[in-house]
Amino acid sequence: MLFIHYLGSSALFMIEEMGKMFLFLLSAFAWLVRPPFRFRQIMKQIHFIGFKSSFVVVLTSVFTGMVLALQGYYSLRKFGAEGLLGSAVSLSMIRELGPVLASLMVTARAGSAITAELGLMRITEQIDALETMAINPLQYLITPKVVATVLAVPLLVSIFDVVGITGGYLVGVKLLGASAGSYWSSVESAVEWKDVYGGILKALSFGLIVSWVCCYKGYFTSMSAEGLGKATTEAVVLASVLILVWDYFLTSVLL
Amino acid sequence: MIHLEGVEKKLSGQPVLRGVNLEIPAGKLTTIIGPSGEGKSVLLKHMIGLMQPDRGRVLVNGVDISRLRGKKLNEVRKQFAMLFQSAKLFDSMTVFENVSFPLREKKLASEADLKKMVEGMLERVGLEGMGHKYPAELSGGMKKRAGLARALVMGPDIILFDEPTTGLDPLMAKTIHDLIVSMHRVFGFTAVMVSHEIPEIFGISDWVAMLKNGTIAAMAPSHDFQRLDNPIVQEFISPGALLVPLST
Repeated sequence: MLFIHYLGSSALFMIEEMGKMFLFLLSAFAWLVRPPFRFRQIMKQIHFIGFKSSFVVVLTSVFTGMVLALQGYYSLRKFGAEGLLGSAVSLSMIRELGPVLASLMVTARAGSAITAELGLMRITEQIDALETMAINPLQYLITPKVVATVLAVPLLVSIFDVVGITGGYLVGVKLLGASAGSYWSSVESAVEWKDVYGGILKALSFGLIVSWVCCYKGYFTSMSAEGLGKATTEAVVLASVLILVWDYFLTSVLL
Repeated sequence: MIHLEGVEKKLSGQPVLRGVNLEIPAGKLTTIIGPSGEGKSVLLKHMIGLMQPDRGRVLVNGVDISRLRGKKLNEVRKQFAMLFQSAKLFDSMTVFENVSFPLREKKLASEADLKKMVEGMLERVGLEGMGHKYPAELSGGMKKRAGLARALVMGPDIILFDEPTTGLDPLMAKTIHDLIVSMHRVFGFTAVMVSHEIPEIFGISDWVAMLKNGTIAAMAPSHDFQRLDNPIVQEFISPGALLVPLST
């Protein structure tokens, strides 16, 4: 009986939490269209989330491209299809690895920082201080972060794709001896416009997931150091899992 | 100015406020005292709408704020400023940025005027030349003074002080009290202060109210409060002799 009670209360808690998260997101969107529009805050967040994540994104993408080329070359060579290395690397990057890995890097770096920042502001009652100054904390803190992440992640994904394909070229062509002409011509022939906008659509939705989950967890963290640590961990894990789950559903629709 | 009628509040199922009736006189400095954990800070948060009562009303200049939300509540909050226990400065901003924050948000001054107003206010609270420092670089007393400057810079009608001298040494506590009194005389705002500093608060307050068992046990002008023939008040403000003499 205790187990059934536990199952029931867990299910109710999850449904309540999902409802709260959804209302939180709606409130953040509602403030998008109401002044003041906080362009300065948005630019500051784009700098933090986008520009400052670019190094780790470039680092991840170059090695991803390189290992993809390494694995791909030896697999394709079995069928005498080394000439398709470029299309294998570019399609994998643009359709899947770019959006997913770049978003996971943003989650780990910027998402955790967002949760920690908001959680600390909650614990030290700086959010209450904003309310006493008649400033809506959602509008001041959350909406700029959501907008900035949704704008920054597709840009980071684009960088990831380009650098990853270049990394694949470095290993496939320069190191393993595949033909440069074949590499780039297979990239050009394989990649279609729908692959690119499919990747961008994924990036936009992943950016929304990262900001939504990380902002929510930070904003509603419990008032203790342990609570803050828990919130940061939960934010990263939940955002990462949601990205992977949503990636599957979006891929099944796009393909 | 601020009127609480039958305010009740439970936190985590425990009754904290059990029907508070309190009227805060306009333009005066009213101090709320009472044992720790009685709900003084909770009472203060009700006055600015940071908490809503389970029952009862909170009236600010005749407007019931206990059921207000969003834009309407923010309109009422524009009359307020609050100095929290730990000043609640934004730790990613310098002192100057903290004090100028409400002015910038409300776009109430040009950059040149803003600079003059903020520097003037920092000078008033004894923090001239400290504008470039971050809150982590300040002492407790300096943080309180920065918080006071931020509260005053908008020229509010009502300022709430939540234990402004907690954690400070007696000398710094006196400095903060003197600052609050002098600012009150200069700007004439309505002040509501929660404090444990007995007997110092009798020298600086116009009115004193005592919160006990979730209700207002007594309220009187400061000079009359100590002479009240109320055992609850007397027990609190003059606790019994030491059980063990200090020396023979």
